[in-house]
Amino acid sequence: MKDINRRDFLKTAAIGVSMSVFGTKFLKASDESPSGYRIGILVDTDVCVGCRHCEWACKVAHNIPTASLESYSDNSLFKEYRRLDAASLTVVNEFENEKNPSLPVYVKKQCMHCEKPACVSACIVGALSKLEDGSVVWDTKKCIGCRYCMVACQFQIPTFDYDKPIDPQIRKCDLCYDRRKTEKLPACVSICPTEALLFGERDEILRVAKNRIKRKPDVYINHIYGEQEIGGTTWMYIASKSFDNLKMPPLGNSPAPGTSESIQHGIFAYFVPPVTLYAILGTIMWLTKRRSNENKENRIEFEQEKKGVDT
Amino acid sequence: MISRQIKHKFFTPWIFVLTILALNGLVFLAIRFIYGLGAVTNLDNYTPWGLWIGVDVAAGVALAAGGFTSAALVHIMHREYYKAIVRPALFTAMLGYTFVALAVVVDIGRFYYVWHPIVMWNGNSALFEVGICIIVYMIVLYIEFIPIVTERFINKINFHGLLTFLNKPVNGLLKYLDKKLSLTMFIFIIAGVVLSTLHQSSLGTLMVIAGQKMHPLWQTPILPLLFLLSAIAVGFPMIICESLIASRSFNLKPEIKTLSKLGFMIAPIIGIYLAFKIGDMFIRETFRYVLLFDSAAWMFIAEMVLMFVPFILFLSKKIVNSMSGIFIASVFVISGVLLNRINNFIVAYNPFFNPVKYFPSFGEISITLGFVALLVIVYRAFVMIFPIIPQENNNSNQNIAESGNTKSKKWI
Ligand code: SF4
Ligand code: SF4
Ligand code: SF4
Repeated sequence: MKDINRRDFLKTAAIGVSMSVFGTKFLKASDESPSGYRIGILVDTDVCVGCRHCEWACKVAHNIPTASLESYSDNSLFKEYRRLDAASLTVVNEFENEKNPSLPVYVKKQCMHCEKPACVSACIVGALSKLEDGSVVWDTKKCIGCRYCMVACQFQIPTFDYDKPIDPQIRKCDLCYDRRKTEKLPACVSICPTEALLFGERDEILRVAKNRIKRKPDVYINHIYGEQEIGGTTWMYIASKSFDNLKMPPLGNSPAPGTSESIQHGIFAYFVPPVTLYAILGTIMWLTKRRSNENKENRIEFEQEKKGVDT
Repeated sequence: MISRQIKHKFFTPWIFVLTILALNGLVFLAIRFIYGLGAVTNLDNYTPWGLWIGVDVAAGVALAAGGFTSAALVHIMHREYYKAIVRPALFTAMLGYTFVALAVVVDIGRFYYVWHPIVMWNGNSALFEVGICIIVYMIVLYIEFIPIVTERFINKINFHGLLTFLNKPVNGLLKYLDKKLSLTMFIFIIAGVVLSTLHQSSLGTLMVIAGQKMHPLWQTPILPLLFLLSAIAVGFPMIICESLIASRSFNLKPEIKTLSKLGFMIAPIIGIYLAFKIGDMFIRETFRYVLLFDSAAWMFIAEMVLMFVPFILFLSKKIVNSMSGIFIASVFVISGVLLNRINNFIVAYNPFFNPVKYFPSFGEISITLGFVALLVIVYRAFVMIFPIIPQENNNSNQNIAESGNTKSKKWI
């Protein structure tokens, strides 16, 4: 009960703050995280009942054709492990629960909205950007369809319309960018009938997650997936079993773009290295030219000699 | 030795085979543009990059490295003894990069936005740097090629009929270009070498961001250095190979003396590359992955062998001085670098969730082969139109006269 109240409170508070801070200022992946408001969403896989309403709501919110909500109660789908595709920005998968076989574990999957997103760092034209509230969004007007973001993302999230010759899209969760403009919650959060999805300020959400683990140490393992993973993510998970067994990639805590960006900035630091190289090559060219001019006579002789030998 | 147009008949049975390959590629190209990437490729959401990025783009750029290594040797270090190799190498690079650009257009989903990187910048992105450098370098290569065009056509312009009035202005333009370029060419030559150094290495940075998705045998922070070194290493072998094939195909006397001298420079470069590659393997202790002897390990071993064998071969005076020896050694290096790029971009890429291991589809292979075939055909046509390939002169006096009478310095 207490949780429900808090949840509602978090929902409204979050929207208010998110709207006030919501700007068009884009951040680079390598930038320090700003101290301002950051969205956090907790997925409590122990509470999720696998109703897949979130999948349906997500499709509706993104104008993706879908069957009626009733058809989503078909559980046979869970037999197969499913991944995201151009028509599914979120999917829920079922995993065995060894502790309590009658209550499987359900794990919702979508873009994690990383704190240091590899996709944003990688995108050749800056079509992906991280907004100040932490969400990572894609701009169709810029994207060239190179799919480098897919190479970069450690969670294998962005998907591509391989079957569209014109305007294929990179698709991934955008935290319902359009809905949030009108101060609404992301569609999945707002439809979820249980406590499984919790939306709020990231620090606050983290506190709730820690509390839940503390309150039921026999249920949850002591790991919040996404708190630290590759520099932290907006979506965070708690679960009753190891995340390795829930097909969440085991990732370190250092941000994915880190190494590549330092190399990149090393090679290009204020254009000093390229310009220096240019200067060095120019100098060598000038120096060796003088030497070769002195040798010119000899060379012509040499050429003639060579010709003589050849013929 | 001066470069002249080749006089030889164009059509041979080989050209026929190449034409068929090119046409076959064209069919799949049409399907790709009408039905989308999915209709032709085996790419999916787990393996977004395949043959076209690994071979057409990454290996293509590496194999076109002869352009900047020869420019560095002849123009920057003024080893003018090798001047004869500059034109073929420059032309190969120009053609190679043009095809790389075409491959990019085919591979990216929104080909009509291929120009976006010119105006939309993301300095954090290795791909952005590669893209921009390739675009600028391509322009530089075209500029460097202009002197060959002017040499071919100055005072030889002969439009007929209605276009006769163009003869004079076009000739004037060519002369103007020739004069201006001979004064400024050094700027472009240095720029070309700088740009090549940058993007050859950044191609290596590309896969660094893939992190754990890449096999630890290949994933290393020194990837950019390895890419640069291997590109430098493959530059001269490409020139040697090409020169020998052209000589045979056009019945010319092979330039074995120059090529051998070039060959002696290759072993040290491969040596440095191998030292870094092996050193990196021991520092990161990745040799234990080699000892697994799984398919990735075998690919790694193959790649190392393909580089190690020519390292030994190029150390032997006898082999470098023999035509077949130097040819075989060069082919080894080329295959080694080609396999290295395939390994880095395709074999090593193995993400956490990957239900179907990628293997290029028939369509992808067809388009790649089609491009290669077309490249060879265009090469053959160009060396017959433009003075690119160096040839023995029948009249050696005339040769010396020609090289002596150029008023301004002839760069290319
Ligand atoms: S999960 Fe992947 S797509 Fe989403 S923000 Fe992180 S890197 Fe980008
Ligand atoms: S596919 Fe689009 S969004 Fe992804 S990296 Fe390329 S341009 Fe950026
Ligand atoms: S709507 Fe909520 S309870 Fe239903 S599957 Fe989605 S996260 Fe789980």
